[in-house]
Amino acid sequence: MITLAIETSCDETSASVLENEKVMSNVISSQLFHTKFGGVVPEVASREHLKKITEITYEALKRSDKKLSDIELICATSGPGLIGALLIGLNFGKSLSAVLNVPFVPVNHIQAHLYSNFLSGQKAEFPFLGLIISGGHTLLILAEDFFKHKIIGSTVDDAAGEAYDKTAKLLGLEYPGGKQIDDNSKKGDKDFHKFPISHLKNNEFDFSFSGIKTAVLYFLRDIDYNNNDIKDEKLLYDICASFQETMVKTLFDKTLKAAKKFKVKNIAVSGGVSANSGLRERFYELKEKGYNVYFPDTEYSTDNAAMIGLTGYLKFIHSKNKEYYKLESLAQKAYPKLNYSEF
Amino acid sequence: MISNPGKLSEHVSRSPEETVLLGFEFAGKLSPGDTVGLAGELGTGKTQFVKGICDFFDVKDKVTSPTFNLVNEYRGSKIKINHFDLYRLKNISEFREIGFDHYNTDESICLIEWPGIAERYLNYNILKVTFDHGKTDSDRIISYPDF
Repeated sequence: MITLAIETSCDETSASVLENEKVMSNVISSQLFHTKFGGVVPEVASREHLKKITEITYEALKRSDKKLSDIELICATSGPGLIGALLIGLNFGKSLSAVLNVPFVPVNHIQAHLYSNFLSGQKAEFPFLGLIISGGHTLLILAEDFFKHKIIGSTVDDAAGEAYDKTAKLLGLEYPGGKQIDDNSKKGDKDFHKFPISHLKNNEFDFSFSGIKTAVLYFLRDIDYNNNDIKDEKLLYDICASFQETMVKTLFDKTLKAAKKFKVKNIAVSGGVSANSGLRERFYELKEKGYNVYFPDTEYSTDNAAMIGLTGYLKFIHSKNKEYYKLESLAQKAYPKLNYSEF
Repeated sequence: MISNPGKLSEHVSRSPEETVLLGFEFAGKLSPGDTVGLAGELGTGKTQFVKGICDFFDVKDKVTSPTFNLVNEYRGSKIKINHFDLYRLKNISEFREIGFDHYNTDESICLIEWPGIAERYLNYNILKVTFDHGKTDSDRIISYPDF
């Protein structure tokens, strides 16, 4: 089965073609347009999605060596995300499906991150615990089988990726600077300073990352960091390493605790922050303790249409009511917020 | 909209919980159609204050930072709250294109973190709450015009 998938939930416009579970092409706007036009690409506007979506779709078809008439299934993100941006991709997908007379599958963006762990060489096995960490989301999900999952924890304030990016900004690094913190922390001492993290009483698997940026802020103020004309690189590396240690430890400890509580031996990490090398190293250590640890290829960790396509395809083949996707699914509306009842 | 703001009233919060309470109190003075700007550095309690406002309007949704999503919509029992964060936006045209005018209705209240761009867009017709660090690490000074 040949699937065409569209993703426009936030900054990225992306299209992908899959043959069954295999990705044939995965085109993401920031990559394509950066090389093509150079310079700055306005990121947030739905009008930008509208400008790019046709070209990106044709590029995805071209790279996969398929024609529009080869497509047998269309998938698009229906939420959560920015409403204006979502509407572009969702309506584009619906229209194509009506024109080509093929089924249409609306896909939940968060579920797609979870299934991005099925795109890489080593596929996750059920039951598994999914840790989804990105600029906009931080969730712990127990996945028992295909489309049988439940959210067991989430952030009560900032997302993990946001804590990275905002801390980077406090350190004078360019926003978004999560990757620079990761790179710098390799050269620093993680025991240089202990940044505290909030522990929540209501749900032991919820996260709170708002406090750590304040802790960094006060630390920088106390050492008068931003008034020093000459930046001490060693100091920057040590602060990055210490911050990273707290973040990685928090994400790791909660995930492991949940894995023990729910008695699962498979852990799948996804979302943009899953590209963090320090985090990968820490989780891979679990392999020696009898756990299977999965990370998506970095291409699939940030927002991309390939994960939407795979999730939609899996949803379709595991569905008992395939007729639903031939007409009724076209009534799916875009929704900005994560709906827990979907899980 | 608030037409003739009076003098600035200053409130000191000693903890995140107190900031939530101050937001709750503040919300009692708001009417549907109002737009509120929340200005202050990282970690001064803007999102906590929003939590208090949402509590007042009986929002059951989880209130989280909208930095990445740019806007979160919450449903209260009577009105809708649109929680914006313009931290990532560069100019007025981007602000217009995320659909502010579509969100800004007489049946909703718009709360805007990092409101610089919005203030210019709305010709400063916006109720501004400012957040500052206080004397001790846990103190926050929250000020807004009497209304």
